[in-house]
Amino acid sequence: MAQPTRTPSRMIETRDLRRTFKTRNGSVDAVQGVDLRIGAGEIFGFLGPNGAGKTTTLRMLATLIAPTAGEATVAGADLRREPHLVRQRIGYVPQGGSTDPAETGRGELVIQGRLYGMSKSDASARAAEVLAALDLEAAADRGTGTYSGGMRRRLDVGLGIVHRPQVLFLDEPTTGLDPQARARMWDEIRALRERGTTVFMTTHYLEEADALADRLAIIDQGRIVAEGTSDELKRAVAGDVVTIGVNGAGALVLDLMQDLSFVREASHDHEGGLVRLYVDRGELAVPHLLRLLDGAGYAPTSITLHKPSLDDVFLRQTGRSLREEPAA
Amino acid sequence: MKTLHDTWLIYRRSMVLAFRQPIWIILGLIQPILYLVLFGPLLERATQASGAEGSAFNWFVPGLLVQTALFGAAFVGFALIAELRYGVVERMRVTPMSRFAMLFGRSLRDVTILVAQAALMIVMAIPFGIRIDPVGAAVTLGLLALLGLFIAPLSYTAGLVLKSEDALAPLVQGIALPVLLLSGILLPMALAPDWLRTIASFNPLSHAVDAARALFNGQWADPEILLGVGMTAVLAVVALSLASRAFGRANA
Repeated sequence: MAQPTRTPSRMIETRDLRRTFKTRNGSVDAVQGVDLRIGAGEIFGFLGPNGAGKTTTLRMLATLIAPTAGEATVAGADLRREPHLVRQRIGYVPQGGSTDPAETGRGELVIQGRLYGMSKSDASARAAEVLAALDLEAAADRGTGTYSGGMRRRLDVGLGIVHRPQVLFLDEPTTGLDPQARARMWDEIRALRERGTTVFMTTHYLEEADALADRLAIIDQGRIVAEGTSDELKRAVAGDVVTIGVNGAGALVLDLMQDLSFVREASHDHEGGLVRLYVDRGELAVPHLLRLLDGAGYAPTSITLHKPSLDDVFLRQTGRSLREEPAA
Repeated sequence: MKTLHDTWLIYRRSMVLAFRQPIWIILGLIQPILYLVLFGPLLERATQASGAEGSAFNWFVPGLLVQTALFGAAFVGFALIAELRYGVVERMRVTPMSRFAMLFGRSLRDVTILVAQAALMIVMAIPFGIRIDPVGAAVTLGLLALLGLFIAPLSYTAGLVLKSEDALAPLVQGIALPVLLLSGILLPMALAPDWLRTIASFNPLSHAVDAARALFNGQWADPEILLGVGMTAVLAVVALSLASRAFGRANA
């Protein structure tokens, strides 16, 4: 507990992190050289389909499994040489829950605090604080087996933050929750960042990564295929998509627009009724395009601006859609 | 220091949780009591018919205690598999707590329950005419504690490795039954043919049973006491270090 806490600006840094599992049918390269740099106070999203290597990476960083190769620093401590220090400075919320149904929420929080070295009274006080912050006071002295899915998940998060870790690892924090409980969980995660906690979370929900993560990495088949802010990643796909209905004047309108500096790609459909432009920033391009059409005497029948989604990013990098979940 | 502290925390938590579901403790008691009441009198008649001296219960109860310890401890792995499934073990592995304490705290809980069950059984055997050397009975409880510290960690290790009740059940049954039959708990090994007696002499439980019987009768000069207690103690140390490593190892 009473560790001298340096606050490194890089909370997590990995270099060529790898993990190979030996199975009966040979070996599986679950993580194949992951390089990550995660700053203090960030919510970092780790997005990918099931089996992409998200959980394996997270479990390595949380000291649960040893990397086959590579280096990592977590909260200022070396993962290989100082796992003990890493454990003191991180919190971890596993995917499938972490509480005994016969134990009370308060009981779980108190023993968790004491396992981190808190005194009995400190652990009790901290448990009360966490219960209040997560709105679990009414259920505090009931067995966790009586909790709803959302309550149990909040308690899991509470167990991860009892000792005020610098970094919190969340493995699929909202899987299995109803929309209301999910929104609630998102609020809790944002509140954690506001208190200065660095959050590393895995998810296979596009919306979740999009809504929560300050920066994110997309992982597929053990490799990171894209990394950046959600906006950066989407912009890197091919910019925004502007579709203009031009009533048969497609070829002419295309001539007018395809050499504009902010247009990356342009095409029109077979009948010449629709022109599709890939532009850097659609919200700036649309007014400009409208003025241009107006000046040239064309009256567009429609104009739509479509922002690429993270799915487009994934599609572009892997050729597959994240929404097509492979059978687990 | 930290190991002791963590062991105490896990011990207390495990005790509290065990008593929230006392059905397992009660079931652990019912079986030996059934043996005592429904099988003991039979055995007494049989020994009287054969003209042997002394209470059959003096011979039978020490073995019954060892059997209770064997089965009580051999099944603790099932509770651990439930805890693995709840995610409790993984959650605690990420804390800086002592790995040995994860094992030792739980094992001490098992030993506490087992010794309490044994003490209760000894008391219940008194109306059946058992004559006990009190010091010997107390040392027997210590021997049972060592047996618990030998068998429970092995069951935990099996639970950690197999992670499934369906895989653990046949393993436990497959080992516990021959170990029971080769221990001389139900019938004296003296009745066995040479080959069977030779095999049984390699069964540590058979020496524990002989030691417990000598202790109950206050036959302090019997070398089986030292052999049984010493062997069980060594095996307990080996099992604890093995299981402690299993708790510490990343469960890939």
